[in-house]
Amino acid sequence: MKKYWSFFRIRFSNGLQYRVAAYAGISTQFAWGFMEILLFRAFYRANAAAFPMEFPQLASYIWLQQAFLALFASWTLDMDIMHSITGGNVAYELIRPMDLYNMWFTKNLAMRLSRAVLRCMPILAVAFFLPNPFKMDLPPSTLQFFFFLLSMAIGLFIVVAFAMLIYITTFYTLSPLGMRILAISLVDFLSGALVPLPFLPEPVRSVLEVLPFASMQNLPLRIYSGNISGDEMVLRIGLQLFWLAVLIFTGKLLMRKALKKVVVQGG
Amino acid sequence: MRLYLKYFSIHVRSLMQYKVSFFLTILGQFLVSFSAFLSIYFMFLRFHEVEGFTYSETLLCFAVVLMAFSIAETFARGFDTFPAMIGNGEFDRIMVRPCNEIFQVLASRIEFSRLGRFAQAVIIFTYAIPKSGVVWTADKILTMILMILSGVVIFSGLFLVYASFCFFTLEGLEFMNIFTDGGREFGSYPFSIYGKEVLRFVTYVIPLALFQYYPFLHLIGRVDNPGYMLFPLLGMLFLIPCYAFWRIGVRHYKSTGS
Repeated sequence: MKKYWSFFRIRFSNGLQYRVAAYAGISTQFAWGFMEILLFRAFYRANAAAFPMEFPQLASYIWLQQAFLALFASWTLDMDIMHSITGGNVAYELIRPMDLYNMWFTKNLAMRLSRAVLRCMPILAVAFFLPNPFKMDLPPSTLQFFFFLLSMAIGLFIVVAFAMLIYITTFYTLSPLGMRILAISLVDFLSGALVPLPFLPEPVRSVLEVLPFASMQNLPLRIYSGNISGDEMVLRIGLQLFWLAVLIFTGKLLMRKALKKVVVQGG
Repeated sequence: MRLYLKYFSIHVRSLMQYKVSFFLTILGQFLVSFSAFLSIYFMFLRFHEVEGFTYSETLLCFAVVLMAFSIAETFARGFDTFPAMIGNGEFDRIMVRPCNEIFQVLASRIEFSRLGRFAQAVIIFTYAIPKSGVVWTADKILTMILMILSGVVIFSGLFLVYASFCFFTLEGLEFMNIFTDGGREFGSYPFSIYGKEVLRFVTYVIPLALFQYYPFLHLIGRVDNPGYMLFPLLGMLFLIPCYAFWRIGVRHYKSTGS
């Protein structure tokens, strides 16, 4: 455990070095968040009764989404890992006395966390002080906030566990690009990154909410604003844990299979 | 032009070496824009209209933007990988060749995988063109062709600006994404729904509305002024400052020395 912890720390502080990139990202995310809210405002004006969330809840959802984009973004895959598989460097990693799955998992966790830490504060700080349609609200209670943090942590683990599956398939396909784009576009839609899930019609929505993708960003962001609370919230967090276990188990299984007959590429 | 065709065939042949991945990428591109379509579909299922624009009208707008973007991206994607080109000294090699720099950057990369997006745009057109309730007279058809052409020009101009920034910063600037990717994403809806300030911005600063919003109003018969047809032509002028900026960048260029 200790070696993974120090590995995590190295990767984390490594990620903190890219400050300029983070600041450039922040301005983009601000603009993106604004446009997103303006878009929903137009629909809100068109028919407020059909709006499935309260507007402040939606504003919080969007700002949290932008602030923690690095945690949940489906497209931030670790290219190093991809290249190490297609380029053959994975052989060196296999020599090390560490479990490959755990090591890559830690690495990804650290990468996403370090990026999010750099970006979230300025975005949240400003979002709290914006004028009204854009303003981000405080969570309804401290307890709710605690569950938000808990659910966000599990969500992050699920995102990483899912990304691991993509890395592992690279062992089989060797050309990661196609698979990657396919996975990204699916996850983006199914997880509520494009349109928050409450906006989808009832039958579609009830199916999507059971899938593991809804456990990624959908749940924590809606817990924050109180859109989901009480027993339902506890139940859904349970579902989150279930999916996390399934994803990690599948990942480890596939990894073991892949490594049994791995062909190291290149020289 | 013959040289470009030569490059073209090289790109095609090199792609065909990885057929499976290529088709998966096309499929992926298709799905990416398909999920954008789904978002629009579901939003209209719930709200029926936004600022007076109906579903099929919005789809027309979405398809125009998508098509313009996919064409621009297919051919001008070389500018997107431009930071790498500066970083590894490739641009030095380009400058010593007796051929226009822009041409070479354009030819260095042709991104056929964007065909997935293009196909999506075509499919939506085939649905939206009859459904939109537009009477397709000659001037309407001309308007739409102008919209797409102008869109290609403006998006290419934005890619060019993105690349030009690299002369000064040596790396890509993420904030340009809000105009390129953001222009595509938020351009799915007529720009007026974002409010007056945004509309003003995309009219006078980054003229996305010149090919998307104003001629669109003429297309769906909101305004009866045929002058709106000509806005896309005005939008194409955007390429001039973009090109000037590129020239300044080239003059300012110091090799990274690697």
